[in-house]
Formats: sequence, structure tokens, C-alpha cells
Amino acid sequence: MFFRMLVRAAVLRRGRAAAALFAMVVAAAVATAMLNLYIDVQAKLRREFRNYGANIILVGRDGASLPADARSQVESVLAGRGVVAPFALVVARTSDGQPIVVAGTDFDRVRQLDRWWSVSNWPSAPQQALVGVRAASVVSPKNLPFDLSFQGHVIHLTSVGTVQTGAAEDSRVYLSLADFVAWTGVQSSTIEVAANGTPEEITAIMRQLEQAIPAADVRPVRQIMEGEARVLGKTRATLLAAAALIILTAALCVLSTLMGWVFDRRRDFAIMKALGASDRLLNGFFAAEAAGLGAAGAVIGFILGIGIAAWIGRVNFHAPVVPRFSILPFVLAGSMVVTLLSAILPISLLRRVQPAVILRGE
Amino acid sequence: MFARLVYESFRRQKRRKLLAGAAITLGVTVATAMIAVATDIGDKINRELRTIGANLLVTPQEDTLDVEIGGVNLKPPTDGAFLSEADLPKIKGTFWHNNITGFAPMLPVSVEVQRDGKSENATLLGTYFAKRVVFGKEEFNTGVRSTHPWWRVVSGTWPDDSSRDVLLGERLAARLAMKTGDQIVASGRELHVSGILSTGNSEDDQIVAPLSLAQEILGKPGAVRRVYVSALTKPEDALARRDPKSMSGPVYDRWYCSPYPQSIAFQLQEAIPHSHAEQIRQVAQNEGAVLTRIEGLIFLVTLAALFASALAVSAAMATAIFERRAEIGLMKALGAGRLAVASVFFAEATLLALIGGFVGFGAGSLLAYQIGRSIFNSEIAVPPVLLPVILAIAVIVTFAGSAAAISKAVGLDPVFALRGEL
Repeated sequence: MFFRMLVRAAVLRRGRAAAALFAMVVAAAVATAMLNLYIDVQAKLRREFRNYGANIILVGRDGASLPADARSQVESVLAGRGVVAPFALVVARTSDGQPIVVAGTDFDRVRQLDRWWSVSNWPSAPQQALVGVRAASVVSPKNLPFDLSFQGHVIHLTSVGTVQTGAAEDSRVYLSLADFVAWTGVQSSTIEVAANGTPEEITAIMRQLEQAIPAADVRPVRQIMEGEARVLGKTRATLLAAAALIILTAALCVLSTLMGWVFDRRRDFAIMKALGASDRLLNGFFAAEAAGLGAAGAVIGFILGIGIAAWIGRVNFHAPVVPRFSILPFVLAGSMVVTLLSAILPISLLRRVQPAVILRGE
Repeated sequence: MFARLVYESFRRQKRRKLLAGAAITLGVTVATAMIAVATDIGDKINRELRTIGANLLVTPQEDTLDVEIGGVNLKPPTDGAFLSEADLPKIKGTFWHNNITGFAPMLPVSVEVQRDGKSENATLLGTYFAKRVVFGKEEFNTGVRSTHPWWRVVSGTWPDDSSRDVLLGERLAARLAMKTGDQIVASGRELHVSGILSTGNSEDDQIVAPLSLAQEILGKPGAVRRVYVSALTKPEDALARRDPKSMSGPVYDRWYCSPYPQSIAFQLQEAIPHSHAEQIRQVAQNEGAVLTRIEGLIFLVTLAALFASALAVSAAMATAIFERRAEIGLMKALGAGRLAVASVFFAEATLLALIGGFVGFGAGSLLAYQIGRSIFNSEIAVPPVLLPVILAIAVIVTFAGSAAAISKAVGLDPVFALRGEL
């Protein structure tokens, strides 16, 4: 009997019930989208910060080179959670006897790690060099092949491209690591690592690297890590404030719609009371109605909200926003609270009035 | 008569009007606060991004090649050109001087450090810490404490810019077994160590001193090797990358008057004689991307907030009007036409919207101010021009929200409305 009344109530007043459900769905959708964004925005923005390059640097202690297997050790510790680029540096001399810093590195890795390098053309074959824009006028003014000498060993190079960064790279010449080691015999002294993850994960990675390569000094790049933490923290706080405001507004929308709907059905309420229904039954009936509406609206709204968050992810971040099903219990609980409130409040007001008064239309 | 109807409606149904008004006020508050946050978030995040470091570098035009590994410069000290320290305040005279949040000159000098009879080579870096610079009538503080906020004095204090105190990088201090308060002998000069510096970079192996001290040791008063400038810039686009010499008049004006990294660098070059200025790509390129993402996100969130507000206001108005079906029925039974009835309700709605809009704007401005204070430690200002916009939107939304309810209610048969049946 109870359930038959519930169902009939919704079916017979389809119009108003639909409006109430619509309000509930929209509110739940907006709340879900905001919460999903809030949880996910950290991961998205961290990815943007990886474009700043390395956040961990390994150097040999006291200026020494790193052991030859350091790079493979780092890569195995990292296990794909970032990019690793080795750098080997010496001071060589040009054919005029001018000192110049020459670096050997893995160009593929550098291309992924240091994306801000403005490179006209990357070397792809042996004996090819990438020359900094300031160094270009010194080593190869007319873009001719040039020689560099280090401790008596000479290497012949062709400049295939220039690099501009506005920093130390502009004054250097870059070779592939293979060419460099064959020429100088000096191994890499620096390994740059851009590791993905939260600050805790990155600290854990640093500790693992320290254990794996005791001969290395593992340093965090503080300016990037601190800047990232600041910007992310403030963005998240702003998003939380916005989410709170939006969810509040959505709850208000649901409250006013549902209260109006329940108040509108005071004749049903009066008839039931006149027919002898107890207060408990009445409360239970309307609460069940409200709860049913709340649950249905929450679930539909949740699915819609996930869709909205995914759309925002695609439009703004060009990356999918992971749907977090852990939000569903909160959205469900929230909608229960709001719908029950919007049912109980009018009922408790009406309870004091005589059914006859309501039925007469006053 | 019309005015009296509206007035009486407000006087007699205060509670109902109050509830509807409260809904409108809340909706407008949220909308105002979110719009204020969305317009200001770009500037706020841009300022936070300055903590990652300077995005512009000024060097002497005629400079020879740097030979630097791990912060140690192997070039002979007097080799190369220098900028003049006296020209630096002109940075604050450029068109975009308000966007420049700080600058720090650097002068690295090779020194010999005597310790227990042994001597070793080290680099002494001269810079500004928090120096008071005067340009025209303007006075401001600038130095590494603003441009390099990740530099930390782990023990002791920052030296005064006019003193002969120095900071020791923590790795150098560990190697020399020195601490705060010690005296260090560098190139024959006894210097007092006022603190230990930790940067995470090559400076940890250096001595960092006031610029005047470095100039004295080098024997070149007023010399500066390079200047790091921290500026609030606009993300690069196609116009930014064009060569200014190739631009026609109005295009050049637009480029010059936009705070691109390139145009600010161009203006720095204009202000400081014999200089070359460029963006430090690692910082300048990436902050544009981060800024765009965050601005885009907050924009979309603001749209969601506006939508939610509009919905809340419409729902509240629709409910409030639908409750008064009996009233409408009575007016129609007494002979009022549909238009007359509708216009009474629209007039009420407009008044509610205006009052709620004003109060909501005030509350929203306060809320935006609070959000700015608590999250960014600075003000989020609401532009006054927003008020008429907000009021207009409030009226339109209230209208739209009531329109459906009014037309439905007005269309009911007065008999049913009066009897309380639906």
C-alpha cells in the first residue's frame, strides 16, 4: 500500500515531479563536476609543471664524474615515472685557442625534458653538433665545419643547428654522448630528472636514488618544486571556494523547488491525516518520497556531472579527467540531506494545522 | 492603482518576498564573487609564478663567450664587457615598469680563500639583497630576496647591502668548516660571515656578497655582469614572436603596449645602454602555459557558477509565483486582463531583482575580498562597472525565471485557482 501510494504520487503529478527531479539532477551534476575537478586538478597542473624541466638533479660528489652505470640505475629506479637526461661537460678549445664549454648528452631525452629549448635543427648523425647562439659566432661564424680540441684529442664537427634558451646553453656546444665520450673519455657529471608525482612521491624517489647511487649527490630543484607547490596550493584553494559556493547555490535551488512541491501537495497531506494516518506514517511517506527523488536525482546527476567534468578536462586540459566514483557517496548523502530537509520543513509546519482548514483551501 | 497593488503586495507578504529576495541575493552574491575572482585570477597566479624565478636576462651587448661549468666561471675576470650599475634604476622608467616586480644584478668574481694556511679558489657573487633604489621620485626595494625567493639563509641573517658582510653557500661552509659569525679571508680582505645560504644550486659553493664589495675586489666600481629581471608577462602569441623591425606603426604600438616577454625585453634594451635583453625561456615559456590552463579552468567554473545561480533564482521565483495562484485567480475573476495581471507580477519581480541585486553585489564584493585576502594575501577588487551589468543580469534572469511560472499561472481558469485546486 505504502509503495503503491508513493508510485502513484509521482506518476499522477508528473509535471511537478519532473521539475523537482530536474532541479535535483542539475544540482547533483554541478556538485559532482566541481568535486571531480577539485580532486583531479592537482594531477593535471603537475603535468604542466613538468614542462619546466628537471625537478631532481644528480651530481657527482665534489665535482667528480658519476659512475658509468648511474644513468641506467636512475632509469630503473624511476621505472617510467619521468624523463632522465645525462650531461657530460668539459672545457675544450677552439682552433683559435678560445676556451668553450662542450657538453655531451642524449638528444632524444633532452628534447623531451627541456622542451623550452628553441632548436633550429637537432643532430641526428655522428660528428654533428648543436651550437648555442652565442657560441655559434665563436666556433663556426660562417657555419663551416670546425674542430675542437681537448687534452690533445681533436674532434671534427659540423654544426647542424643552433639552440637558444636565454641561459647557459647559449654559450655551449652540444654533442651526442657517444661522440663526446669517444673524444674526451669523460663520463657524465650531471643527470637531470623530471619526475612525475606528488611532493611525497618525489621525495621517495630521491631517497631511492640516494640508496641506489651512493656516489651521487641527489638534489631537488627547489625553485621549481616550491613554485609548483605554491601555485597548485592557491589554485586548489580557489577551486574549493568556488565549489563551495556553487554547491551551496545548487542546494538552494533544490530546496526551494522541492519545498514548493511538497507545500503544493498539502491537500494530499490533509486528506491522509483526515483519513486517520498517524504523524509517523505521514512523515515516513513524504520522507520516502523525498529520499527516492533525492537518490534518483543524485545518481543521474552524478553521471551527468562526470560527463561535464570530462568535457572540461578535454576542453581546458586536453587530457581526460579521471571519473572518481568515490564522490558518489558524498553526492548521495548530500542530496539525501537536502531533499529530506525540504520535505520535513513544510510538513512540520503543516502538521499543526487542522486538515479541514487545508482542505477548505485556506 | 498599479503602484498600489505592487506596494501592498510587498507590505502584506513580507515573508514570501523575503524568501524570494534571499534567493536572488544569494544568486547575485555568488555570481559577483565568481566574476570578480575570474577576472583577477590571472594577475594573482602570474604573481605567484614569479616565485619560480626571473624570466628576463640583461647582459652586455659586447660580451665575450661565457665559460661556466657548475657556477664556476673560467673566463679571466676582467675579460668581457660590463653593464653600468648607474643605469639599472632606468629599468623602473620603462613603459611596463609596473609589471617589473624586481631585478637583481650579478657580478661573479674569482677570489682566493685562505683557510688554515691553505688557499683555494672560490667564486664570490656580488648582488643586491634588498637594496633601496631611487628613480626619479620613486623609491623601491629590489634584489635577490624578491627575485630568488627559494634562496634561504639557514642560519644567521641577510647582509646589509652597504656592509662588508657576506653569506657562505652551505656546501662551501661545510668544506671550510665555517659557521655564522666567523671571519673569512678572501683575496686579502677579512670579511664577516653574517649567515649561511642554501639555494639548491651552484651558489651553495660560492660566497654571496653585496655588489659593492664584489666591485671593489674586482677593481671595477659600478660594474655589473648581468641583471636578472622578474616581470609579469602576457602569454606569448603569434604577434609576440614577430620581429619589431618588421612591424608597421599601429601593429608595433600594439606589440609594444602588450606585456609580452619580448616587448619587455626590448624596452629593457632601450633603457639600459649597450645591453642585450632576452627572455629566460625555461621560465618565460612555461608560465604562459600554466597561466592559460588555470585561467581557462576558473573561467569554466565561473560559467558553472553563473548557471547555478540563474537556476536557483529561477527556481525560487517560479515557486514563489506558483504559490499565489489563488491571488491571480481572484484578480482575473474581478476582471483584470492577462496582461494586467502579468505586469503586476513582472513589476514585483523587477523590484525584487533590483533590491536583491544591490545587496547581492555588496555581499559578493565582500566575499571576493575575503577570498582574495585568505588565499592570495592581496585584494580582489570588484570593478564598479560590474554593478550595472550584474543588476541587468539579475533583472533578466528573474524575468526569465518568473516568465514561465507567470504565464502558466495566468493561464489557469480563475474558478480552479480560487478553489485551491490545481
